[in-house]
Amino acid sequence: MSLQLPASVDAVIELLAAENYVCDRQLATALFLSLKLARPLFLEGAPGVGKTELAKTLARALNTQLLRVQCYEGLDVAQTAYEWNVARQMIEIRLAEAAHEVDRAELARNLYARSMLIERPLLQALTQTRSPVLLIDELDRADEPFDAFLLEVLAENQLTIPEFGTVVATAPPITLITSNRTREIHDALRRRCLYHWVGYPSVERELDIVRLKAPGASDRLYRQVVEFVQRMRTLDLFKSPGVAETIDWTNALVALNSLQLDPASVQDTLGVLLKHQDDIARMQGGDTVKLLDELRAKALL
Amino acid sequence: MIAQNIVHFARVLRNAGLGLGPDRVLAALAAVEQVGLQRRDDVHAALSAVMLERHEQQTLFDAAFDTFWRDPKLLEQMMYALLPKISGRGEKHRPPRANRLAEALAAPRAPEPPNPANNTAKDELHFDTHFTFSERERLQRADFDSMTTAEFELAKKLAEELPLPIEPVRRRRHEAASNARHGGRLDLRATMQRMTRQPHTLQPLYTRPREETPALVVLLDISGSMERYSRLLLHYVHGLTRRALKVHTLTFGTRLTNITRCLQTRDPDVALKLADEQVQDWKGGTRIASALHEFNRLWARRLLGGNAAVLLITDGLDRDEQGGLDAEAARLQRMAHQLVWLNPLLRYDGFEARASGVRALLPHVDRFLPVHNLASLADLGAALRAPARRPSTTLN
Repeated sequence: MSLQLPASVDAVIELLAAENYVCDRQLATALFLSLKLARPLFLEGAPGVGKTELAKTLARALNTQLLRVQCYEGLDVAQTAYEWNVARQMIEIRLAEAAHEVDRAELARNLYARSMLIERPLLQALTQTRSPVLLIDELDRADEPFDAFLLEVLAENQLTIPEFGTVVATAPPITLITSNRTREIHDALRRRCLYHWVGYPSVERELDIVRLKAPGASDRLYRQVVEFVQRMRTLDLFKSPGVAETIDWTNALVALNSLQLDPASVQDTLGVLLKHQDDIARMQGGDTVKLLDELRAKALL
Repeated sequence: MIAQNIVHFARVLRNAGLGLGPDRVLAALAAVEQVGLQRRDDVHAALSAVMLERHEQQTLFDAAFDTFWRDPKLLEQMMYALLPKISGRGEKHRPPRANRLAEALAAPRAPEPPNPANNTAKDELHFDTHFTFSERERLQRADFDSMTTAEFELAKKLAEELPLPIEPVRRRRHEAASNARHGGRLDLRATMQRMTRQPHTLQPLYTRPREETPALVVLLDISGSMERYSRLLLHYVHGLTRRALKVHTLTFGTRLTNITRCLQTRDPDVALKLADEQVQDWKGGTRIASALHEFNRLWARRLLGGNAAVLLITDGLDRDEQGGLDAEAARLQRMAHQLVWLNPLLRYDGFEARASGVRALLPHVDRFLPVHNLASLADLGAALRAPARRPSTTLN
């Protein structure tokens, strides 16, 4: 059974909007092409700008399964693609011994039959009857040998298992790869994907996102929060707050019953926005007041 | 018509330094077919999704796109058909190569304004060029001679034989091993395969964590006071890069430049020539603190993942008036797996940590490699073979 794929860039935007994901036109175009051309989409960008969320939303919107590979160093085939069920193989050998079966070729065939395979996400992605969304999350955290292992799955939608043969996808998965750029992903992998850099959103778009994701605040507070965070991103901070932090911060302010930004409430909640001590110290050292003054000058406060 | 133009556009980008294979050109054609020609921003988004590989290329791509797909605003539907069909290799439309390429490869940041005090400082700067350091930015070329055959042979030999300045680290990835010692575990899959091939034998096979030399980031000081060493050191770093290691190299004087891709060229002379073109602040002043700050902010997270080590090559003579070297060095040490400092300034044995830059750096260094009389690669080799020296002994 094939999926109902959107027919135009606008349809992609609508589809995601229906699931509360606000998406700019450039990202929608990249996603549309990835669906149409059946190529993996490689998303890079700072943490907290909605890369992983896009995959989750897409799976929901297309009403299909989400298979996720969370990457870390040392990740190997056994954890991501498949594993032989060695315990069952051993039992099979014992049974053959007990029954005095001597057909060794037959036994070897049985030992490496499809039913002896334990499927992990990558293999699962190839064996579904309905195209799943395959999310390979934070690929930069895996080490380089893993990139090379992905090439076959990404380019050919197939997986070669030495003892068994090649598994070709029945319904090709929709693959999304995310990276925070803590290392450079190899060109060979990039070449097989469409590329999109997910940047910070504009004021208006971020307002839309925060309104959707953190309901309960006043319109005035939304605007103050977004303008404040957008200004923070222009400062020379070690880690600028992402959209996820903006949402968290709005929720925090609502929980504290703040009606508008003031130096005290900002100082108290800085830990929601900034996760590095140097950045927090810097904001406490006068930048908060400066930014609030800027907001006041624009008559937002 | 549209196909010809896309092919040509791809060629323009390729000339500007983007690695665009024919597969991408085909994908670009398919992409444009899918999104249609109604909206210019859609075509832009589609082509950038297909043709780009990394974020740094976006600036270059945008400039090329704007120049190439100049649209006569008369008939939107016909705009691509109306574009002039260009013959030859399109010199007219090719973006000026060196500048754009440099911009595109560097981190997305506006270049620093050149210091207006350049000319007035000239006289005092020149009475001892080998021992002078200043924070004034002088943009110039290094002008390397090409290597003699003897030099080349020696450099090759040393690069292969020299001990590395960094220690191997234990990875979480496993490799085959003969026994279960050193954190090994049983490899059930391999054991089972062995058993099917050789029945009636049970010989367990093992794996153990692999030990690997970590990725290495070289921060090379190329300011005036380091001038006499830079060629030599670049040869050394080029040798390291050619060895089966993962090496990223950034140079700094008054600005930070990533020359990794230049040094990946096989021929050392070509590599150095490329680096020479890329770097604009040879023999200028030194701003170690700002350079480290920029590195920490823009590059550290990208290059120092996975236990990478940093080799800092500088004489520690910092003329940065902003200060903050101490804090930046501390942060660098926290982010790197090891921080090794190779200091070629020490030409006599009675070195004392006098310069404030040296004093700020020393406490944050994991291994300190002073090189006395660094005149040749052989001297460098001798220094690297010497036992590791704790930085604290030098401080006292």
